[in-house]
Amino acid sequence: MSLLASLPLYPLLSFLILISFGKRLSWVMASWVSVGAMGAAAFCSMFLVNQLSTSDTSVITAHMWQWFSIGSAKVNVSFYLDALSAVMILVVTGVGFLIHLFAAIYMKSDENFTRFMAYMNLFIVAMLVLVLADNLVLLYLGWEGVGLCSFLLIGFWYQEKSNVLAARKAFIVTRIGDTAMVIGLFLLFKSLASLNIAEINQLAQTTISFTSNSMNAAHSDAYWAALLLLGGAVGKSAQLPLQTWLPDAMAGPTPVSALIHAATMVTAGVYLIARMNGVFLMAPEVMNYVAWLGGITLLIAGVAALAQNDIKRVLAYSTMSQIGYMMLALGAGAWSAGVFHLMTHAFFKALLFLTAGAVILALHHQQDIFKMGGLLKRLPVEATLFLVGLACLIALPGTSGFFSKEAIIASLWSSPTAGPSLWWCAILGALLTSIYSCRLFFLAFLGKARFPENLVISDHIETNKLLRGALFILALLSLFGGLVTVDLSSLFSSYKPSVVSSIDSPSWLHIVAIATPFIGIIFSWFYYRRYRIVTDEPLTASHSAWIVFCRNGLGFDTLYSTLLIKPYCFVAKLNKNDLFDQILMLIAWYVRIWRDILSVSQSGSLRWFAAAFGLSLVGLICVVTL
Amino acid sequence: MTEIPLTHVLILSSLLFIIGFVGVVVRKNTLFMLMSLEVMLNAVGVAFIGAGSVWQEADGQIMFMLVLTLAAAEIAVGLALLIRMQRRYRTLNIDVLNQMKG
Amino acid sequence: MSSLASIEGLFYLAATIAIVASLKVVTGKNTVHALLYLVISLLAVAVCFYLMGAPFAAGLEVIVYAGAILVLFVFAVMMFGLGIDETHNAPQSRGLSLWVGPVFLGLLLLIELIFVIGNSDLSLQLNNQIVDSKQVGMLLYGPYLLAVEISSFLLLAGLVAGYHYAKPESRGGRL
Repeated sequence: MSLLASLPLYPLLSFLILISFGKRLSWVMASWVSVGAMGAAAFCSMFLVNQLSTSDTSVITAHMWQWFSIGSAKVNVSFYLDALSAVMILVVTGVGFLIHLFAAIYMKSDENFTRFMAYMNLFIVAMLVLVLADNLVLLYLGWEGVGLCSFLLIGFWYQEKSNVLAARKAFIVTRIGDTAMVIGLFLLFKSLASLNIAEINQLAQTTISFTSNSMNAAHSDAYWAALLLLGGAVGKSAQLPLQTWLPDAMAGPTPVSALIHAATMVTAGVYLIARMNGVFLMAPEVMNYVAWLGGITLLIAGVAALAQNDIKRVLAYSTMSQIGYMMLALGAGAWSAGVFHLMTHAFFKALLFLTAGAVILALHHQQDIFKMGGLLKRLPVEATLFLVGLACLIALPGTSGFFSKEAIIASLWSSPTAGPSLWWCAILGALLTSIYSCRLFFLAFLGKARFPENLVISDHIETNKLLRGALFILALLSLFGGLVTVDLSSLFSSYKPSVVSSIDSPSWLHIVAIATPFIGIIFSWFYYRRYRIVTDEPLTASHSAWIVFCRNGLGFDTLYSTLLIKPYCFVAKLNKNDLFDQILMLIAWYVRIWRDILSVSQSGSLRWFAAAFGLSLVGLICVVTL
Repeated sequence: MTEIPLTHVLILSSLLFIIGFVGVVVRKNTLFMLMSLEVMLNAVGVAFIGAGSVWQEADGQIMFMLVLTLAAAEIAVGLALLIRMQRRYRTLNIDVLNQMKG
Repeated sequence: MSSLASIEGLFYLAATIAIVASLKVVTGKNTVHALLYLVISLLAVAVCFYLMGAPFAAGLEVIVYAGAILVLFVFAVMMFGLGIDETHNAPQSRGLSLWVGPVFLGLLLLIELIFVIGNSDLSLQLNNQIVDSKQVGMLLYGPYLLAVEISSFLLLAGLVAGYHYAKPESRGGRL
């Protein structure tokens, strides 16, 4: 078996060991198994990427077995590694390894430690299947697998009702997107008769019936397929219509938020669109929708992040907004910029979440930033690491976030599917990013300490070098990850030359883009002054209607609740006795009637049986003779 | 040459059979039910002998002998059960044995 | 030759006796009387057999049926006092209403049978040549050998079952 095929096996083996032996394993054993498996996978994927760069075809494939076949189309269980999936497996296994390391220490005292690590490993398996799949069915398997693991991990502490509700919400909301995606797969198979990703991207360019529709030129199969795939991506990546699950998903343990809801799983939608670029290029309208969805989401999420009190929710909204950037890049056709941002975002968002987790743990599970403050003195290392993460998030020049975000913003103005208005969106989003980042930092790490003075900061976090080590590596990656040039341009087919318009980008664009974060910082330095300085006046979260509205994610939950959930519940209540059930019950009723009749005939009396013989003989002769 | 048509023999057989059948259905006394069964089996024998006589074949009589054997075995088992029933329930009323009620 | 003395006359007479005796069996109150009527019915049927040219069958009817089987009945009645609850269970003691349904069913069956017999175009007459016991024996131990073996097993099974069932429970006779 080739190295590529064995890649998901390490976490899978670890998952099986952990789930079978469960509580019989000690903490040391369980951590060695799970983290070791992740380390092996990370090492393996590094080796594979190295192998990929030296191979002449720039693609490594591993065919394992044929899963099933539909007509002439074969669905194989086989893996396909090119530059795009190489980036993804590096992120998944590399960042995954560091987060596993962190989680092993973070979750040490939890009684269900092995279950937690088993789920995390299973998640890695599913994610690797997702990114390595060479056909859409296998990809969908991984897609659902990560959804399942997300559900399990959000609801990990299932004794609390709110966690379970959050898990259920995440599962149901992403399911809407998944359904759209499945229909998209069917449509692709119907019109292109293939499910292999490389083949689809090829065929999409050449099949005429796919891109043009005799009845309606604007809405070809390509349009619908791309739109439906976008539906799946939107659900998984928490973009505009289906974004409401992500903030609630923060109910899970912090390493889960870092791994699944920031670094890897939520970027699956971005990966999907980048992977299916051949289809999306054939549907420029959908590319435009992608760009607009990303643009609007990043603004909404930025505004919502401004009003949050919970440190993890701030980061959740920030994740949503950063994925909005990636979507914007994809919509603008800047594939490699989007994927590049995906990678750097995974580094710095994982760093931010893990550092936030360390802070939360140090403060005995205090997540409210209005009850933090002044942590710079108490937790200097964590504060510095957090600052590094925020710098990348704001995209200060020199950090990895700067390179990727500038690459996105630079491609927007002249893109035929984006344009200046979306460029302004991105700039506004960058401004918002820097403002909410500053607010978060000021509230949590500067100002007066608002937690009880006698609160002992748990020191097992501080002393643990292993944990610090993971954070330091992530910080280094965040700072210098941008220097790794990810050249994916050969991978993606670009627009036909005729489509590219020759809009000149004005020279001031770059200056504005670079200056925006600084403007935001300066603005918040003065605007959030009272958060920053040590005063004696009490600091509480504002309760004005506007702020509360923003804090609740701009009312999307309320909107969905009134538009969808309440009418549905109303109809469900109306139909409490289930009309269709009653119709089906008729069958049962019919059977029961006959049972009654027949059981009356079973009187147990021998004479009655004899009479029945005679009666049936009469009937039989009647039937035979007449 | 006799003047007995086969039809009459068959009608005799049917009559005996139906008398036996009505007896089985009407009587509650198990002993009478067994006797009625004998009448029914006998009726079948009449039909076989009649048919054998028409075609001058011995097969009819052989069938009658098989019926006879059957009757003998049936009566042996039936009377044994009857005695059993009399011992256990102190009655021969067949309606008492209705445990197989559905 | 008077009609009574002819073979047909004798046959119809015997048939009538058989039917009447069978009716008395079915409607009878007293067990022993009913058994005696059953003997009469069987003897009348034996006469019919003889008149139909089957003297061997007639002999068997008298010896096995009227002799052996009926003796078994009489033994059962005598030894176990089976006639005690006679009046209590006799249908006559509860009026004729019990008879209506079964008799109606029986009549329906009879009408159907007669209809079938009448419609089946059987213009055959009985042959007055005798099928003697030699023919029967040759067939019985020729083509029907297997049937003979099977019926012997049947009788053996009846014997074993009768022995076992009639055994008192105190001596291991459990159902």
